[in-house]
Amino acid sequence: MANVREIDAAEITRVVRELCIEINYKVPEEMVELVKRARDLEESPLGRQVLDLLIRNQALAAEGEYPYCQDTGYTVIFLDVGQDVHVVGADLYDAVDEGVRQGYGDGYLRGSIVRDPLFDRRNTGDNTPAFVHTRIVPGDQIRIQVDAKGAGSENMGKHAMLKPADGLEGAKEYVLQAVAESGPNACPPGIIGVGIGGNFEMSAVIAKRALMRKVGQPNPDPQIAELEAELYEKCNALGLGPEALGGTQTVLAVHVETMPTHIASLPVAVNIECHAHRTGSRVI
Amino acid sequence: MSVEVLDDGRKRISAPLSDDDVRSLEIGDVVLVKGTVYAARDAAHKRMVEMLDRGEDLPFDIRGQVVYYVGPTPERPGNVTGSAGPTTASRMDKWTPRLLELGLKGIMGKGGRGPAIRAELEKHTAVYMAALGGGGALSALTVRSQEVIAFEEFQTEAIRRMELDDFPVWVVNDCRGRDFYAETITPWRKNELLPESLRFPTDQWAVENGGG
Repeated sequence: MANVREIDAAEITRVVRELCIEINYKVPEEMVELVKRARDLEESPLGRQVLDLLIRNQALAAEGEYPYCQDTGYTVIFLDVGQDVHVVGADLYDAVDEGVRQGYGDGYLRGSIVRDPLFDRRNTGDNTPAFVHTRIVPGDQIRIQVDAKGAGSENMGKHAMLKPADGLEGAKEYVLQAVAESGPNACPPGIIGVGIGGNFEMSAVIAKRALMRKVGQPNPDPQIAELEAELYEKCNALGLGPEALGGTQTVLAVHVETMPTHIASLPVAVNIECHAHRTGSRVI
Repeated sequence: MSVEVLDDGRKRISAPLSDDDVRSLEIGDVVLVKGTVYAARDAAHKRMVEMLDRGEDLPFDIRGQVVYYVGPTPERPGNVTGSAGPTTASRMDKWTPRLLELGLKGIMGKGGRGPAIRAELEKHTAVYMAALGGGGALSALTVRSQEVIAFEEFQTEAIRRMELDDFPVWVVNDCRGRDFYAETITPWRKNELLPESLRFPTDQWAVENGGG
């Protein structure tokens, strides 16, 4: 029988705080490479100008003074908690929120969360609460991934309970419609996270998890990887281009995740991410 | 005139703007905004329209002015602002006509405006311009000062008076009802690779919202 490893909640707070600050100033290395690649591939002169500005914005933000985007996002946190871990010292989710509170305060990041969607839209001031997805996994470690998800692109997400008869072609068309409709609002070129299968909520959750994959890394299932490549080409055929000012580079990548579903169902969720893709992870 | 045409074709504008100033701006123009603009987004718009409904005056004289849809990050000590890029403009559609009626002449945000707002811009001789979406760090460099003038309790959504120094934007909707996205996207759509519903000119969403 494996020994239980104790992890101090304060350590979780510290890691969340650090990641919140780090990701809001420095986008992942693959985003730097993919935007440069898009700059090389873009055929529209105006599109190339926009991508040059985005490259400058990445570099300026990485200096650590001004966050990449003023919308420092919903803080979405993925916890993979080893089943041999015992968190001590504080409630796990309190520890996560404390990390967000400290990170957004110390990092001069914007509080963008209101306490109630309908009756009391007062800003909580510190971007809490975080939206946390927890999985129990084998082992005695905790993996923490923090994502700062902008609302401009999040608002352009779409979800549908398609019919099995709609099939693969119906799912593809639905994704393309979502990207076409997102237009300039989702700050292209970004990443398209697609979740297909499961039930109503699982399709949305796996769409979000699809965005957490290293950008541009294909799904390990070759059939899904092929679908991703086809959707990438077709999203770019929409012609929106950078900031939807026209061009060939509308998306940097399409990530698809699937899971088993019901005999009567074909849920499809499209979670759109802007060029301000801010995420990072650590293992404790 | 508060519009100056530069040698490279760009136009520099400063509020207050007259109807003639607005008429001199066309879709696709690259505009450098200099001087005063007022930052206001969702919560501030909602409150302003509630004030107007009660017969009260707005916190600033909006005639001829430019409103910028922005909620900046907190400024670091010694800096005048944090990141200050634009937010999605179409969320303000519900409240925009009331402000145009009062003489608002320029709007800056990101993304497109639907046909209803394009008609309002035409009716009231006003212009909508888009800044670089998601380029918040770069945007901060052209902000010279900012001060909260109303609704401080809204934090990032408070109304701010900002002084800008050649803040760059594109004219997306001019006062002739035209839409820049429609012109820029159309030539790049590859109909042959797309399902029927997404081919131009039949993509209904694009026809209504710019593009197509």
